[in-house]
Amino acid sequence: MKTTENTVSDVLEDKKYKYGFKTLIESDTFAKGLNEDVVRAISKKKNEPQFMLDFRLKAYAKWLTMKPPQWPNVHYPPVDFQDLSYYSAPKPKKKLESLDEVDPELLRTFEKLGIPLDEQKKLSNVAVDAVFDSVSVATTHKKKLMEVGIIFCPISEAIQEYPELIEEYMGSVVPVGDNFYAALNSAVFTDGSFVYIPPDTISPMELSTYFRINTEETGQFERTLIICADNSYVSYLEGCTAPQFDTNQLHAAVVELVTMDNAEIKYSTVQNWYAGDMETGKGGIYNFVTKRGKCVGDNSKISWTQVETGSAITWKYPSCILMGDNSVGEFYSVALTNGYMQADTGTKMIHIGKNTRSSIISKGISADHSSNSYRGQVKVNKGAANARNYSQCDSMLVGDKCSAHTFPYIESANSSVQLEHEASTSKISEEQLFYFEQRGISRENAITAVINGFCKEVFKQLPMEFAVEAQKLLTLKLENSVG
Amino acid sequence: MLEVKDLRAGFEGSEIIKGISLSIKAGEVHAIMGPNGSGKSTLAKVLAGHPSYEVTGGEVIYNGENLLEIEPEQRALKGIFMGFQYPVEIPGVNNAEFLRMAYNARQINEGKEELDPLDFDDILTEKMKMLSMEKKYRERNLNDGFSGGEKKKNEILQMAILQPKLAVLDETDSGLDIDALRVVSDGVNKIKSADNALILITHYQRLLEYIQPDYVHVLSQGIIVKSGEKDLALELEAQGYDWLTPTN
Ligand SMILES: Nc1ncnc2c1ncn2[C@@H]1O[C@H](COP(=O)(O)OP(=O)(O)O)[C@@H](O)[C@H]1O
Ligand SMILES: [Mg+2]
Repeated sequence: MKTTENTVSDVLEDKKYKYGFKTLIESDTFAKGLNEDVVRAISKKKNEPQFMLDFRLKAYAKWLTMKPPQWPNVHYPPVDFQDLSYYSAPKPKKKLESLDEVDPELLRTFEKLGIPLDEQKKLSNVAVDAVFDSVSVATTHKKKLMEVGIIFCPISEAIQEYPELIEEYMGSVVPVGDNFYAALNSAVFTDGSFVYIPPDTISPMELSTYFRINTEETGQFERTLIICADNSYVSYLEGCTAPQFDTNQLHAAVVELVTMDNAEIKYSTVQNWYAGDMETGKGGIYNFVTKRGKCVGDNSKISWTQVETGSAITWKYPSCILMGDNSVGEFYSVALTNGYMQADTGTKMIHIGKNTRSSIISKGISADHSSNSYRGQVKVNKGAANARNYSQCDSMLVGDKCSAHTFPYIESANSSVQLEHEASTSKISEEQLFYFEQRGISRENAITAVINGFCKEVFKQLPMEFAVEAQKLLTLKLENSVG
Repeated sequence: MLEVKDLRAGFEGSEIIKGISLSIKAGEVHAIMGPNGSGKSTLAKVLAGHPSYEVTGGEVIYNGENLLEIEPEQRALKGIFMGFQYPVEIPGVNNAEFLRMAYNARQINEGKEELDPLDFDDILTEKMKMLSMEKKYRERNLNDGFSGGEKKKNEILQMAILQPKLAVLDETDSGLDIDALRVVSDGVNKIKSADNALILITHYQRLLEYIQPDYVHVLSQGIIVKSGEKDLALELEAQGYDWLTPTN
């Protein structure tokens, strides 16, 4: 007879969090602590224009008056914000003129993560911005994109090169005082990606940012801004990992998306931050992220797809503000929790324009001792005649020590709307896996088949390679949790 | 092909199978009959390697190998097939795709080429026709919302596709109406050959009219209380099981 201990240790043996290594690299790191001088110092380090410093100071002042949100269904000891460093950058030898000058140790790190950056090996169909701790280290395919007028660069660079765009749009979707973590991010963010797609342009390739936290006591606060002008389209991918530490690292990002008339942004995330020790729950990333898109133009569309498989705590609600008439918001999510992970994730769809439509497909998978909550809000304003929303929230439980929760909030000030909500809970059982095995199908393939079946609607939204990666990740994580 | 010697097995400390011996050769059909709760399904699941049951004694030799040491998946790949009494529903997994996975697992194991959905479709169509199964069953999710009879037919479809060496069919007849029983029996008879063996677990003599057993064993309270040839089934039909209850 098979014992569970056996499989658990087998899996731990060779399938540990494979991104858990740390790169030894000389870095320029601020002393711990946060005050106005630190905010000024970050701005100075980045050589920012006055408006940016003002933005940061305003956010900092706001943040001082705020408290961490208490409503999410997650539990953790309070974070000591004075015990973190707010800036850490790999020390450049000099100003970089090209990718060839990036520290080879960094290139190796990203290559180890499956993200080759150098000219020979880089991915041909995806442009990548690689962010290491607080700083963007390399962006591929920049020139090629520039030829069609697409700007894809580190946000620190965009602040220098395109200050008008930054001043106009940064904070236009997520105001500096939006919430505790967004305010903190607005005060101390160090880098991230900036994308501008000019009118009438379909991006010739997928754009992607890869985030890597390396330092143990540095918070990561990255900031992403994507603007898609009239009649344009871009598909954007985000990936992330972190080394394995016993302490918790804070990741508090802000992502803002803006679409003009007939424009569309498709934003996909596969999140695999270190989740803490499987057996004890020690360590792992606190992932407190504010992601929001604003469909400013008529007939525009923003689509969020996320596969959340990591982090000790996830607190994240990619949302859409549907301002333009006929605009469309979509949220496709798979959130997996195992070990002692806690996730409180979902979306907000705010209907403002006429005939706006939104759909929410959320698939929560919880295993071991984890807790997985879906929290979603659909809000229909008075002017949003004929707005429609479809929500579907399915939970799957693996084992009997985990929990799944669903918190849907619906608020409508218009009587012509159509709202539909469906929910289900199911279980992946030993009996099902035995059925597969009895037909000669391995346990691993069985889990993949069941999970893929459960997540089908979400996976088909992901770009091909991402979908394959996501499937593998989920199988790997669940293998030792079933039974 | 299969030698079961004084097999004992149970569930969480309680012994359900209390010393069973069976000897099955290629080409034979053995029927196992017995009242509810006598341990028939337990025996089938132990042979298939279900993880919930613990073997506490005896041995099982399958084609010269100690079967009890082989993982369930490997047992299946070595040709052991179990038709479940209660096939589990697996939502989200397409039936045809599942069948192809199972078929290809075997192909890989035998060093043969995997079939793509198109090539597999030919095999599937033929077997479904043999079992007069409507096309819609390939599009549906595995056993999901199937009626009792549909589930049983789907089990036999899997058997037809996998062509096992030793099939253990656990009450495949229950839930089937008379027409379906005939179709399913015809199907099983077609799969049957001199190279494979069949264990038919059933409650009723009815099935044995369609699939002729070589031997009949009566199981009661975890032991075989009587073995005989085909006629034993008729006797049971007439007299019930009571006269066979073990005395202890
Ligand atoms: N998984 C199980 N959990 C608890 N009891 C079980 C389990 N499987 C079988 N049993 C018990 O073992 C006995 C034999 O069951 P089973 O093998 O299903 O009999 P049969 O198939 O002959 O009707 C019954 O008393 C049944 O309650
Ligand atoms: Mg039974």
